Amino acid sequence: MGAWDVFTDYLHDFLFGIYPYLCAGVFLVGSLIRFDRDQYTWRSGSSQLLRARQLRWGSNMFHIGILAIFFGHLFGLLTPHWLYEHVITVQQKQMIAIVLGGVFGTICFIGLTLLLHRRLYDPRIRRTSAGVDIAILVLLWTQLCLGLITLPFSLGHRDGSMMVQLSTWAQHIVTFRAGAADYVRGADWPFQLHLVMGMTLFLLTPFSRLVHIFSAPIWYLFRSWQIVRRRGGATRRPGPVPPPRPAAAE
Amino acid sequence: MSHFLDRLTFFRKYAGTFSGGHGEVTTESRAWEDAYRSRWATEKVVRSTHGANCTGSCSWKIYVKGGIVTWETQHTDYPRTRPDLPNHEPRGCSRGASYSWYLYSANRLKYPMARKRLVKLWRAAKAKHTDPVLAWKSIQDDPAQRREYQSARGLGGFVRVSWDEAEEIIAAANVHTVKTWGPDRVIGFSPIPAMSMVSYAAGSRYLSLIGGVCMSFYDWYCDLPPSSPQTWGEQTDVPESADWYNAGFIMMWGSNVPQTRTPDAHFMAEARYRGTKVVTVTPDYSEASKFADLWLHPKQGTDAALALAMGHVILTEWHAKGRGDYFLDYCRRYTDMPMLVLLAERDGRLVPDRQLRASDLPENAGQSNNPDWKTVAIDDATGQPYIPTGSIGFRWGEQGKWNLEGRDARTLEVVTPRLSLIEGGATAQVTFPYFGDHAQPFFNPTSLGETVTRTVPVATQRLADGHEAKVATVYDLFLANYGVERGFGDGAARYEENAPYTPAWAAAVCGVPADRIITVAREFAENAEKTKGKSMVILGAALNHWYHADMNYRSIINLLVMCGCVGQSGGGWAHYVGQEKLRPQSGWIPLAFATDWYRPPRQQNSTSFWYAHTDQWRYETVTVDEILSPTAPRKLSGALIDFNVRAERMGWLPSAPQLAVNPLTIAAAAATEGKEVTAYLVERLKDGRITMACEDPDHPQNWPRNLFVWRSNLLGSSGKGHEYFLKHLLGAQHGVQGKDLGEEGRAKPEEVAWHHEAPRGKLDLLVTLDFRMSTTCMYSDVVLPTATWYEKHDLNTSDMHPFIHPFTAAVDPAWESRSDWQIFKGIARTFSALAKGHLGVERDVVLTPLMHDSPAELGQTHVVKEWRKGEVEPIPGKTMPGVTVIERDYPNVHVRFTSLGPLMEKVGNNGKGLAWKTEDEVAFLRSLNGTVEVPGVDRPLARIESDIDACEVIMHLAPETNGHVAVKAWEALGRNTGRDHTHLAKPKEHEAIRFRDIAAQPRKIISSPIWSGLESEEVCYNAGYTNVHELIPWRTLSGRQQLYQDHPWMLAFGEALCVYRPPVDLKAHQAMVGRVPNGHREIALNFITPHQKWGIHSVYTDNLIMLTLSRGGPIVWISEVDAKEAGIEDNDWVEAFNLNGALCARAVVSQRVPKGMIMMYHAQEKIVNVPGSEITRARGGIHNSVTRTVVKPTHMIGGYAQQAWGFNYYGTIGTNRDEFVIVRKMAKVAWLDGPRVTHQAADLKAAE
Repeated sequence: MGAWDVFTDYLHDFLFGIYPYLCAGVFLVGSLIRFDRDQYTWRSGSSQLLRARQLRWGSNMFHIGILAIFFGHLFGLLTPHWLYEHVITVQQKQMIAIVLGGVFGTICFIGLTLLLHRRLYDPRIRRTSAGVDIAILVLLWTQLCLGLITLPFSLGHRDGSMMVQLSTWAQHIVTFRAGAADYVRGADWPFQLHLVMGMTLFLLTPFSRLVHIFSAPIWYLFRSWQIVRRRGGATRRPGPVPPPRPAAAE
Repeated sequence: MSHFLDRLTFFRKYAGTFSGGHGEVTTESRAWEDAYRSRWATEKVVRSTHGANCTGSCSWKIYVKGGIVTWETQHTDYPRTRPDLPNHEPRGCSRGASYSWYLYSANRLKYPMARKRLVKLWRAAKAKHTDPVLAWKSIQDDPAQRREYQSARGLGGFVRVSWDEAEEIIAAANVHTVKTWGPDRVIGFSPIPAMSMVSYAAGSRYLSLIGGVCMSFYDWYCDLPPSSPQTWGEQTDVPESADWYNAGFIMMWGSNVPQTRTPDAHFMAEARYRGTKVVTVTPDYSEASKFADLWLHPKQGTDAALALAMGHVILTEWHAKGRGDYFLDYCRRYTDMPMLVLLAERDGRLVPDRQLRASDLPENAGQSNNPDWKTVAIDDATGQPYIPTGSIGFRWGEQGKWNLEGRDARTLEVVTPRLSLIEGGATAQVTFPYFGDHAQPFFNPTSLGETVTRTVPVATQRLADGHEAKVATVYDLFLANYGVERGFGDGAARYEENAPYTPAWAAAVCGVPADRIITVAREFAENAEKTKGKSMVILGAALNHWYHADMNYRSIINLLVMCGCVGQSGGGWAHYVGQEKLRPQSGWIPLAFATDWYRPPRQQNSTSFWYAHTDQWRYETVTVDEILSPTAPRKLSGALIDFNVRAERMGWLPSAPQLAVNPLTIAAAAATEGKEVTAYLVERLKDGRITMACEDPDHPQNWPRNLFVWRSNLLGSSGKGHEYFLKHLLGAQHGVQGKDLGEEGRAKPEEVAWHHEAPRGKLDLLVTLDFRMSTTCMYSDVVLPTATWYEKHDLNTSDMHPFIHPFTAAVDPAWESRSDWQIFKGIARTFSALAKGHLGVERDVVLTPLMHDSPAELGQTHVVKEWRKGEVEPIPGKTMPGVTVIERDYPNVHVRFTSLGPLMEKVGNNGKGLAWKTEDEVAFLRSLNGTVEVPGVDRPLARIESDIDACEVIMHLAPETNGHVAVKAWEALGRNTGRDHTHLAKPKEHEAIRFRDIAAQPRKIISSPIWSGLESEEVCYNAGYTNVHELIPWRTLSGRQQLYQDHPWMLAFGEALCVYRPPVDLKAHQAMVGRVPNGHREIALNFITPHQKWGIHSVYTDNLIMLTLSRGGPIVWISEVDAKEAGIEDNDWVEAFNLNGALCARAVVSQRVPKGMIMMYHAQEKIVNVPGSEITRARGGIHNSVTRTVVKPTHMIGGYAQQAWGFNYYGTIGTNRDEFVIVRKMAKVAWLDGPRVTHQAADLKAAE
C-alpha cells in the first residue's frame, strides 16, 4: 500500500467514521448554545419584506420538496431492514425512493433555483445578505444537484444493494457501532460526495439561518383556539391584590 | 437560566383547559416580553428643541437610555388656547425627529481640530517664541507661511489638537490682530439669535468685549424684506400661525407652508375646515397647492405684476367708486395716503417729489420741534393744510403727541384728513416711471414706453419761500400710478386695455389669465370689506430673494393696506422667512453685545461687508444706469459699491473695518496734538489724512483678519458668491470663471481704490464652532466641537407661536465637545492672559451709523450732501457716523464676560427707542446668580458663569418674560404717545418667567412695546395690532404706513410708489455658452433656490436618515420640457454653471417645475456625494457657486426716519434669484478620489 492509499484510506475513515460525529456534535451543541445565548438571531431571516414575488413560488416549492426529501431520507436511511421487509421489498423501496426523490427533488430544485437567483440578483437582497446566507443556499443547491445526479446511478443498482449499504452505514453511525465507514467504501463518488456535503450542512446549521428548522411553527396547526398564561408562571411578577369582595347586601 | 431548559417543561407547561377544550392555560415563561418593555423604557425624558432656523421652536421629549440619547418625540403639553381656537399641537416634523442621529454620527465633531499645516507652523513658531502672540505674528509676517496653510483650506488635512492649544492659537491671533490692525478686524458671523440665544450671545459677547464686529444675517440671508422697514419702520412683524385660523381669505404667495412650516401647517388645514378660502401663488406646483381652492402660477419673478393688477381691480371697483367706507376710513387713519406730496417740474414734466413738511409752510406751520420731519395733510372740513400728530417729528424732542389719534398738532382737535383732492377740480399731468419694457426676453418685456403720464387732482400751496407749489395727496398719486380711471379719460377704462397695471397687462407679463386675476382680487377685497380686514397674505422667500424684492412685497402690502387688513386679527402680511422673532430681545441685547460694559457695540451689515471683502464688487455686471428711473432728479453716477461707500461715509450704513487705521491708535494721536478725540478725528477725516476703510477694501490694512463662524454654515449655505469667498477671502481652490472689471477693461468704481492684483486670502484665521463637520468647517483653520441641541441649556423663540422654549441638556456634551458658552468663556480666559504685555486698558474709537429708533434717524432730510465732497460739514451723528470713545480693559475680558456689568444700573436698558431703569432686576440677579468682584468696579456684580445664569439674565431683563419690566416699558412708550398703555401688561405685572418654568412647560410671553402685536387671551398675535388698536404710530416718516417713499434716492430709482420692475440681467451665463464644450446640449435656465425638503431647513443636509428619503446627494429640479430639449433624463448627473462658478447635481425631472426654471434646494452640503466639475475641475460646488450677490442702492439709505439702519433691520440684502445658469448633462462624472493634484499642475501635465 502506497502512501497515497494510506491517506485515502484514512480520509475515508475520517469522513465516514469520525466526521459524522463531529457534525452531529457541533449541530446539537452549537444549536443549543445559540438558542440559549443568542435568541434574537434564532430566526429564518426572511427577506419577504424586500421582495415577495419570486419568494412565493420559490420558497413554497423549495420547502415542499425539501421536507419530502428530508423525511424520505430519514425513513430510507434509518428504518431497519427487518421493519419493512414484510411490507415491501428492497427493490420496491428503491423504486419508491427513485420516483419520489426524483419528483420532489425536481420541485425542490425549481424552488431553490428561484431562491438562489433572487438572492444573488435582487440588488437589495444581495446587499442585505450575509456571506453565510449565500453560502448555505449555494451549498443546498449543490447538494440537491448531487442528489439528483445519484438518480441514474441508483437506476444502475435497481436491486437496492447500494441503498441497503448506505442505510446500514447510517444506522451504524446513529447507533454508535464501529466500522460504519466500511459500508460505504466503494460507493459511487456522487453518493460519497452527497454524504459528506449532507453532513456539512448539519455542521453549518448552528451558524446559519437553518436553525429555524428547530422552531418550525408546526405546533400552530394543533394549538387550541385560545391560549392564556397563568399569572406567575415561570417568571412570577407580583400581581395586583384582588379587591376585597363587597359584603353581600343583607 | 437557560432558555432551552425552560422549554423542557412540556409536561408541566399545560395547567388545564377551559371552554370545553377550546382554550388552554399554560405556565409558559413571559420573560421574552421584557425585551419589548425595555426597548421603550428610558431613564429620563428631557424637554428640548431644535436650534435650526426653521421657526419651528417645537417642544420635544428627548429620551435618554444608558446615558445615550436614543430618540425624540413630540411634546404635547403646550398651554391651551381659547375655546374657539385649535391647539398648537402637534408641533415637530420628520426632520426634527431625525436629529438625534447627529449626536453619535460619523459627522459629529468630537475633538478640537486644526489644519495640520497651520499646526506645524504654529509649533515651530512656538519653539522659537515663548510668547504665543509673537509666535502668531511670525507666521503672519511671512507671506509664504500664510499661503502655505491658506491654500490648503477646503482640502481636508485636519489633526486633533487639545483645547488648550486651540484656545491659544485663537487668542494669540485675536490679540495680535487687535494690536496690529485694530479690533474691528476681528469679525464674527452667527445668525438668528432666536435659534439659541445664549449660544449666539457667547460669541457676540466675547467679540463686543474686545471691540470686534458682529455681523448681521437677516439681510444677508435675504430674509429681511426691506419693504417692511420702508412701509412700517419695522424689521418684520407677522401674525403667529394660529392667527391663520381667524382669516377669511388666505393667499399663500411663494411660501410652501407644509414643507417649510411643517409644524404650523395644521392651522392651515384647520382654517380650511373653518371655511377659509385659500389661493396659492407659486410658479411651481408645490406642496402648498394641496391647500388651495385656486392655484395661480405666474412666471417666477413677475409677482409684482400680478399683485399690481389685483390692486388695479380693487382700487377701480372700491376706491375709485367710493365703495367700502371701511377701506377709506382705514386709509385715512392708518396710512400716509392723505399726506401731501410736492410735484416738481423736471425736464418739462411734472413728477412727484418729496412729501410736504411743516418746514415748507410759512412759519413752520407753528412747529418749532423737528419741522422738517412733520408731514402735512388737508383738513377735510376746512380745506386748509394742517400738521397731523404722529409723524416722526413728534417722536423725538417732545412728548405726548406721537400717536394716531388724528389730531391737529396745533389745536389738538381730532381732524378728518382729506384723502383725495378730486372734489377741488384742479388737475395736472403727472409723469410716473414705467420699467416693464426693460426686461430680458424670458421675462416678457412690454413696449409701452419708459414713462406713463396721468391726470392727477392737485391743489396749489404757498410755501415758506413764497412760491406757489402744486401738491397732490399720496392717495391720488397712488391711484394714478395704478392706472385707475377716475373720470379724466387717461386711466385704463377697461380691464382688457394693455396699460400698466391692468389685468390684461399683467396677464401678458406674468402669464396668469386676466379673469383669474379679477376674480381673486374681488374675492380678496370683498372678504376684507365684510370681515373688516380678515384677508391675509402669507408670503415667503420665493418673492423676497429677487433683486427688486421690495417691489414684489410692496405690491402685496399695498393690497393689504388698501383693504384695511394690516393690524387686524386674521388679516395682514405674514412674511415667514427667517426666525426673526427674538422675543426677549431687549433683555438679551445687554448679554449679547456686552452693553452692560460698553456702548455702543460694533455691528455690521453683512451683505455690504461680504460684497466688499469677497471682492464680488470687482466683477459687478449691473450698472446704475440700468436701474435708475427715467424721472431721476439728477444723474447719479458710479458703481454699486460707490453708493455703498457714500452710504457708509454719510453714516447711513455701518462699516467694518471702520477706519483705514487701527482705532486704538487715534486717541493717542489726538492726545499728542492736544486735541479732543472726536474733534481730531473729524478734522483728519476732513483733510483726508485719515480715511474710511470702505474706500479701499483690498488694502491689507483694511482686510478682515480673524473670522469666527458659529451656529452657521456660512460657506455651505448662505455665502452667496461662494467661489468669490474661496478665491479672495480664503485664498483657497475656487471655481470663479469670470474676469474682473480691470481685466475686462470696463468702468471701475469712482470711490474705491482699484488694485491691479486682487488679494487672495485676506483672512489670517477662520475659526468655526459646530457639532458636525460642515462645509464651512472644511474651509476653517480651527474647528471647535460644540454641544448639540440636546447637550446644553439655552432659549429659543419663534414668530410662529407665542411661547418661549428652552433647550435643556439631556446628556453632557459628548466626547470633548463643549457648549458655545463654555467655548467662548475659555477663549476669553486665554485672551485675557495673552493680552498682558500687548494690550492694557485701551481707548477705542467706535463709529456708529445713524441708528433707527434713535434721534439720529432724523439725520438728513430733503437732499443728500456729502462731507467727503465738501458739500456739507462732517458732523458726527448727523452728516457722518457717530463717534464714541470707549475704554476697553483687555486683560479683564474674561471677568467681564462672566459678570453683569455696571451700565445696567447706571444707565438702564432700552429697546425700540424706549428707555427704562433696571436696578431692581439687577439686584434680583445678584441674589439669584450670586456675585463676583470685578477689578475697577466699586460693587459686586451678578455672576454669569453658566449657561443657565445667562438664561436668567436674559429672561429677567426682558419685558416679554418679566411683567415688571413690561409695565416699565409700556410706561416709557406712554410718555411718547401721551396715552396709557400699561393696561396691556398690568394683569401679568408680577409674572416673571424663569428657566425652570419653561423647562417644565413652554410659556406664553408677556405683551411688550418691543413688538407690534399682543399676547393676550383675546386675540392671536398679529403684526401692527397695537398700531391700529392702541393708536401707536408706525416708526415711519408720517407715523403711518408709509406707501410713498420720498427719499431722494428712492425718487431717483423710481420707487417712490410701487412699480413693476422685472428681474435684472446679471449677464453671468451668456459668456459661458459653448466655452467648455463636453458634447452635450446646453440650455439657459433661471436658477431658483428654495428651501429643503430632505434636510433640516436651510442648514443641515448631511443627515443620512433624511438623505435616504431622496437621492442621497445634490439634486436639481428641471421641467420635462427643458430636460427633453437638453437630452437629460431623470437622475442624470448634470452641471449648472456660469461666470460665477459651477455645480454638479443629479437631475430630478418633474412636472412640478415650469419651463425655464431650475430649482436647487439650498444648502446641500459639498461634503456629501458631490463629484468634480467638468468646468472648474474642482469638487462640484454648492448652490451658491453660481450666484453672486448684487446690492441695491435704495437699501443703503440711512438717517431718514424709517429708512435708518438697524442691525438686521434695514440695509442691503443678499439677493440671488435673478441669476441664470447654463445646464447640460455631464459627460464624465469624476469623484476626485485620487491624491490631490491642483488643476494648474494637471493642466501643465496635459500641456506637455
